[in-house]
Amino acid sequence: MNDALDVALRLLVVFVVFLTFPLIVGQTEHKVMAHMQGRLGPMYAGGFHGWAQLVADGVKFAQKEDVVPTGADRRIFQLAPAVALLPYLLVLVVIPIGPGEGAVGQVVDAGIFFVLAVMGVGVLGSLMAGWASANKFSLLGGLRTAAQLLAYELPMLLTAASVAMAAGTVSLPGIVDAFRWWWLPWQIVGAIVFFVAGLAELQRPPFDMPVADSEIIFGAYTEYTGLRFALFLLAEYAGIVVLCGLTTILFLGGWHGPWGADGLGWVWTLLKAAILAFVVIWLRVTYPRLREDQLQKLSWTLLVPLSLAQIALTGIVKVVIA
Amino acid sequence: MPEPTVVTATGAVVAADYFQSYSVVGLLAVVGVLFVAVAFGAGRLLRPVVPTPEKLLTYECGVDPVGEGWAHTQVRYYVYAFLYVIFAVDSIFLFPWATVFAAPGYGAATLVEMFVFLGFLAVGLLYAYKKGVLTWT
Repeated sequence: MNDALDVALRLLVVFVVFLTFPLIVGQTEHKVMAHMQGRLGPMYAGGFHGWAQLVADGVKFAQKEDVVPTGADRRIFQLAPAVALLPYLLVLVVIPIGPGEGAVGQVVDAGIFFVLAVMGVGVLGSLMAGWASANKFSLLGGLRTAAQLLAYELPMLLTAASVAMAAGTVSLPGIVDAFRWWWLPWQIVGAIVFFVAGLAELQRPPFDMPVADSEIIFGAYTEYTGLRFALFLLAEYAGIVVLCGLTTILFLGGWHGPWGADGLGWVWTLLKAAILAFVVIWLRVTYPRLREDQLQKLSWTLLVPLSLAQIALTGIVKVVIA
Repeated sequence: MPEPTVVTATGAVVAADYFQSYSVVGLLAVVGVLFVAVAFGAGRLLRPVVPTPEKLLTYECGVDPVGEGWAHTQVRYYVYAFLYVIFAVDSIFLFPWATVFAAPGYGAATLVEMFVFLGFLAVGLLYAYKKGVLTWT
C-alpha cells in the first residue's frame, strides 16, 4: 500500500512540474524578451509585473471556438496536439534532479536511450497536424519539421553516446554520479552540439523555419485554435524544460556544485537548467532565423562531424585514463 | 502493484524491477492521456460552437485558398532522410558498446574498432558531400 502511495505521489509531482515549469519558462520569456527589447512586457494581469499573464492566456484559450477546417482529416487533426505534448511528460519522469531515489520520478536503466527515443515521437504530432490540416502551408511546415528532426536527431544521438561512453553507463543518475569537473572541458564540444541540436528539434529560433510566419504562416499549427493550439505551445515550452534538464544532467554535472553534491544538490540542477532556459530565450532575441538550406547544412557539415570528433576524443581519453 | 523489487547481492537487478520501472512510465502515460481527455472534454463544455462556411476554410495567405490539395512541390530534402536512416541505425549500436568499451581487458582493441566505425561514418558523410547531396540544388 505504501508502495502505491509512493508511486502516486511521484506521478503527481511529475505532473505538477509538467504543468508549472513550462509556464514559468514562458512567463520568463515574456519578461526577458521584453526587457531585452526595451519594453516592459505584460504588466497588468495578476497585478505584480503581470505574473498571471499565462494563466489569463489559458483562460482565453479554453473559451475560444475549436475550428476544424472542412477539408481536414478530423480525427488526426484533433489528436495531433496530444501526440506532440505527451512525449515530454513521459520524458520528465526519468530526469533526476538530485542524488538518490528520492529526487527522480522513476529510475529507468536505459535512461538516455529512453529519453531520446520518446522525444522523437513528438515530431509525429507536427507531421499529423501538417498533413491533416488540408492546408498547403501546413503540409510544408510539417515536412520541414520532419526534415529538421532528421537532421538534428543525429548529432544529438552521437553526443549523448559520447557522454554514455565517458560515464560507462546509459542510466541518467549513473551518468551524473560518474561526473567529474574536468568532464566540462572534455565534453564541451558535445555539450554545445547537443544543446544546439536540441534547440533545432524544438523549432526554437534561430531554427524556427518550420513555423516561419513570413513564408508559411505558422507551419503545421496554422489551422489550430483554442485549447489545441495551447497544447502545441505547451509542448514547445515543456520541450525547453526537458532540453535544459537533459543538458544539465548529461553535460553540466546535474547536482554537482562547487561544494560537492551533498545537501542542496537539487538546487544546483534547477539553477543550471534555469540558466540554460535563459540562454534559450536569449538566443531567440539575438539571432535571425536560418534559411531552410542553411539549417540543413549547419547540421550535416558542422554538427555531425563535430560530434564524431567528440566521440573520438572521448574514446581516446577514456581508454588512456583507464 | 508490482511485486516488491528484489536486488541480489551483486547488484544485478531482477526482471521484476525492470518491469516495475516501466510500469510507472506506463502509469504516467495513462495520466497524460487522462489529462488530454479531460482537457478536451472540458473544452467542449466551455467553448462556443458557431461554425460558418468561411470560418471552416483553410487559412492560406488571408485570401480564399487557391487550387486543390494536390499541388506540385519539390521536396528537396528527401535525400537527407535516407542519410539519416543510415546514420541513425548505425549510431544506435554505439550505446550498448559505449557502456563496456573501456572495461578492463578491452582498451586498445575497442578503440581501434571505434575508429573503424567512425571511419565508415565519416567516409559516408564525405561521399554524400562530394556527391553534392548536402548542398541545396
